[in-house]
Amino acid sequence: MSDRIFGVIGLALAIGYAWAALIIEESFLSDAVGPKAFPLIIAAVLAMASIVILLKPDPEPRWPELPRLLEIGAAVLVMVLYANVLPEIGFVIATAVAASYLTWRLGTAPLSSLVTGIATSLGIYVVFHLVLGLSLAKGPLGF
Amino acid sequence: METLNSLADGFVIALTWQNLLLALLGCFLGTIMGALPGLGPSNGVAILIPLAFTLGLGATPSLILLTSVYYGAMYGGRISSILLNIPGDEPAMMTCLDGYPMAQQGRAGEALSLSGIASFVGAFIATWGLILLAPQLVKIALLFGPAEYFALFTLAFATLGGVASTNQAKTAFAAAIGIGLAMVGVDTQTGVPRFTFGEVHLYDGIDFLVAIVGLFALSEVFIFLENKHGSSDAAGKKVVIGRLMPSWAVLKQCTPTMLRTSFLGFLAGVLPGAGASLGSFISYSMEKRLVDKEGTFGKGDPRGVAAPEAGNNAAAGGALVPMLALGVPGSGTTAVLLAVLLSLNITPGPLLFSQQPDVVWGLIAALFIANFMLLALNIPMIGIFTRVLLVPPRILMPIVAMVSFVGIYGISGSSFDLQVMIAFGVAGWVLRKLDVPLVPVILGTLLGNAMENNLRRAITIDNGDWFALIDSPLSLTLWAIAITGFLLPIIIGKVFKRRMKMSRDQESSTTD
Repeated sequence: MSDRIFGVIGLALAIGYAWAALIIEESFLSDAVGPKAFPLIIAAVLAMASIVILLKPDPEPRWPELPRLLEIGAAVLVMVLYANVLPEIGFVIATAVAASYLTWRLGTAPLSSLVTGIATSLGIYVVFHLVLGLSLAKGPLGF
Repeated sequence: METLNSLADGFVIALTWQNLLLALLGCFLGTIMGALPGLGPSNGVAILIPLAFTLGLGATPSLILLTSVYYGAMYGGRISSILLNIPGDEPAMMTCLDGYPMAQQGRAGEALSLSGIASFVGAFIATWGLILLAPQLVKIALLFGPAEYFALFTLAFATLGGVASTNQAKTAFAAAIGIGLAMVGVDTQTGVPRFTFGEVHLYDGIDFLVAIVGLFALSEVFIFLENKHGSSDAAGKKVVIGRLMPSWAVLKQCTPTMLRTSFLGFLAGVLPGAGASLGSFISYSMEKRLVDKEGTFGKGDPRGVAAPEAGNNAAAGGALVPMLALGVPGSGTTAVLLAVLLSLNITPGPLLFSQQPDVVWGLIAALFIANFMLLALNIPMIGIFTRVLLVPPRILMPIVAMVSFVGIYGISGSSFDLQVMIAFGVAGWVLRKLDVPLVPVILGTLLGNAMENNLRRAITIDNGDWFALIDSPLSLTLWAIAITGFLLPIIIGKVFKRRMKMSRDQESSTTD
């Protein structure tokens, strides 16, 4: 079943891609092939592959239970938040929070994950910023 | 003679204190990454590329650092195979078969140093093979025009699934997704934006480093979260290393095995669609057939450890031949190395050898140096590397995620790229669940633009005639190989994969 849904999504993707390729505005100065042809070939390959997947599905993969799925969703949310607040609050604080969260969710006790998270953040800061001189996001506090 | 002179020049470039230090660091980090389950050569190199890039290292030093990591990870993969019966990476799977039984008999130290020596022999012979074969391939590649290159790229994608591929439709799907993503951005030939939907961030296209780090490193983090696999596999197991050096008798017994399998592995690496996993598999099967008279293979025969290790390291070296000479990688890890070269603004291919010989020969010299360093590191320091196995993933995986963010943020300084990377991470997780290979996606984002440019060039030269693609014998041959390579696994792939699985199950059932 998963593969059949996957094939349908792939097919929709191929059609969307072909449509997006057709509306590319062509410049008046173009080579013999133009910017549309190759994307259209790719869309065709994508469509054919999707149809085969749709018609000949593999055995069902083992999907995680709902709580595990929510777990991944929550981790994605934390990462997106992290990406957005990184420039605002600075590298060290943001990373300490995100690393603590991930460590905690992977099964560390809450208090020790806080310690691990802070240590991870400071460790990366020391190695990459202070030693190697990589520029990391600066927050209002300067780190 | 000319080759030896160039090689000597390469050593002059590679033998500076900075480069030696980088090689040492790379070997050390690589071995650790290879040893840790969940961090293979591709992941390891992928998260280090943005770092090497943002640190402002020159082309040759960065290459030395990252190829040392690559070779190091190939060495490191065996450690957890032997000690825990869990392959650190896919090519190390076959090493479990005899390595783990040896460890159970208290000969872990011997198995580790023997496999270290075998890895060395395999990589050493393969590096010589690279030196001898790559310039010959360059001579052929110089005959290639745009039409032949287009056919060659198609061939690379068609054979990427390899003989062991079970679902070619999924491989094709993955390749199309990758190439499709490469199309995003301003068209280089006419200057019109494509697939950007008015988003200014996308005008530059999607950075392939963002895609690689997201697909490989972040998706791994999601896999661990999904399984809530937080504790170390080594916890609670007592590991006895035993004596370190194998006796001369054992070494002598293994020497012919190592030499034979090095050649075989090298060939498997050079051919499209084979790669290191297959290299170690056929090496093991061949040796088993040739020398296993008493049926000791699978029960801790030293030759069964030496064969796959020499084979997979030789294949890793062999895979560099098409990557350097043609610019077309044949496996996942070489695809990541191609990303290294492209992000350093080096285009591999025949012109690299004539225009930037210092890069090529510096790199080859670095491979030799890394190889000796790894041998020197691996035997006395094996204790440290085995301790690494005790680091639990619940601490390791967040570090992997955070270092990935640091690297990508370091390149662009934009939150947008980080979000794209997270999207790739999620997509990578879903694709892995559905058994869609990720390497074609990566290769597509890397090669998509070059592929399109060659297609357009070939047809424009012939005034818009699409038959230009198939009007030389060379391109016809390439097309024929591509089509056969794509169709062959559909016919024999299932049988092959089953046999590979079966031989592993059979062997491990006798030892568990």
